[in-house]
Amino acid sequence: MATEFHNLQELRHSASLANKVFIQRDYTDGTVCKFQTKFPSELDSRIERTLFEDTVKTLNNYYAEAEKIGGQSYLEGCLACLTVYLIFLCIETRYEKVLKKISRYIQEQNEKVYAPRGLLITDPIERGMRVIEISVYEDRGSSASSSGSSTTSSSGR
Amino acid sequence: MSAVMITRKVSRKWEKLPGKNTFCCDGRVMMARQKGVFYLTLFLIIGTCSLFFAFECPYLAVHLSPAIPVFAVLLFVFVVAMLLRTSFSDPGVLPRALPEEANFIEMEIEAANGNVMAGQRPPPRIKNVQINNQIVKLKYCYTCKIFRPPRASHCSICDNCVDRFDHHCPWVGNCVGKRNYRYFYLFTLSLSLLTIYIFAFDIVHVVLRSVDSGFLSTIKETPGTVLEVLVCFFTLWSVVGLTGFHTYLISLNQTTNEDIKGSWSGKNRVQNPYSHKNIIKNCCEVLCGPNYPSVLDRRGLMLEDSTSPAPPAASAASTHKSSNPVSQTTKSSAPLILNEHTPDEAKPSIGAGPQKSTSSPKEEKPPSPTSPNAVAPAVIKESAH
Repeated sequence: MATEFHNLQELRHSASLANKVFIQRDYTDGTVCKFQTKFPSELDSRIERTLFEDTVKTLNNYYAEAEKIGGQSYLEGCLACLTVYLIFLCIETRYEKVLKKISRYIQEQNEKVYAPRGLLITDPIERGMRVIEISVYEDRGSSASSSGSSTTSSSGR
Repeated sequence: MSAVMITRKVSRKWEKLPGKNTFCCDGRVMMARQKGVFYLTLFLIIGTCSLFFAFECPYLAVHLSPAIPVFAVLLFVFVVAMLLRTSFSDPGVLPRALPEEANFIEMEIEAANGNVMAGQRPPPRIKNVQINNQIVKLKYCYTCKIFRPPRASHCSICDNCVDRFDHHCPWVGNCVGKRNYRYFYLFTLSLSLLTIYIFAFDIVHVVLRSVDSGFLSTIKETPGTVLEVLVCFFTLWSVVGLTGFHTYLISLNQTTNEDIKGSWSGKNRVQNPYSHKNIIKNCCEVLCGPNYPSVLDRRGLMLEDSTSPAPPAASAASTHKSSNPVSQTTKSSAPLILNEHTPDEAKPSIGAGPQKSTSSPKEEKPPSPTSPNAVAPAVIKESAH
């Protein structure tokens, strides 16, 4: 059942979307951004549990780093207030820097871990930071994949 | 034969966002629909300060100190900046669930509810979550089709779910939520200071001048003073009161919405699970916390894709949408020519027609993998506002 793909390009062109799994937020620590590490049963045959948990835990760590309230965030807040928040026209906030790191991490995970297993992670920021959307692709041989990808692109936008 | 212009309409995502917001500056500015009271606020602030600079400042600068008008200018700039920042920024709107996510949630709900007898009302859609040893109920929003995160609420005026929803303020013409609460607080605080400042120096000015020339002639010389004193007097009570109220809320890490509903009022032993039980910590979290990015991608580019079953919110009156199924082939760097008229003659000549959904996959914009990188920078960029 597990399908082998070489890379993201192939995944897009020769696979079609079978299902989407949504990893929900974990609110037990309050309103900080954190996702549940519970392994969804739909991915049972597609990916190893440890790999999945590693990905989610790393993402959670990134978000925790972005939302950390400490010396640096105070400094950023006070400095910004003094400059009437105009300083954000020049520099990036810490959260934005971490979001870029997250985006690169997800891209890398997709390329190395998920695409070879016929899966694709969507950056949570595109879903309002509510869910991690994992698209599950099935290999349909050489038939066109537009129906699958068009579903993805239409839902994505 | 006749040259056919293959065009593709590129629009920004804000044009298709559901909800009752108005957008300006190509999606950079986001406000509620009713802006009348906001203009009033702006008018009152600018008007009163102009009168102050015109009537009081020349006298006070000479007779007391030039620092007075300077400080007034700084305070005025700060107030207006905070007002505009509060009014124009995204308060923390949560985007609505896309169809797959909505279906997934529906399936989960049905699985959790089990079998409902015909004719019986299904149970309310509530999720219980434990936060810091407190059970918090997450309600389902039927408009946005999501379970609202804790502290989020749906604003009926803007028709959006807003994270850490405080209240909808008509004076700033926007909701006050997670992303703009600190600017709102700084606005009320600085406005209180400005009002007190102007009021005080109006009195000082009248007193000083009356000593020289008498009260009545002072009023005749500077008629603006009367107006200023009136405005400041009435503003003082409301704005200072509001600042005090929000200072109280911040020290307890509560929102206006929670306060009004009495969510953490203490009955049934419910306590605020978000409070750090330390006033300093609470203040620091609210005022000096991280700057949350906007998760509403307003300025991302949207390509018109006619194969998509147009979601109800999206299509509006875009007639060009139906006519450019094959325009994706001009995907590369061809200059985009905005074509207002539906090129009806283009349709048959292109040949593929609207039913092209199974044609070459290369036409389609590639889904998620590259788009997070394309879109995320757009999100990141625009959140700087």
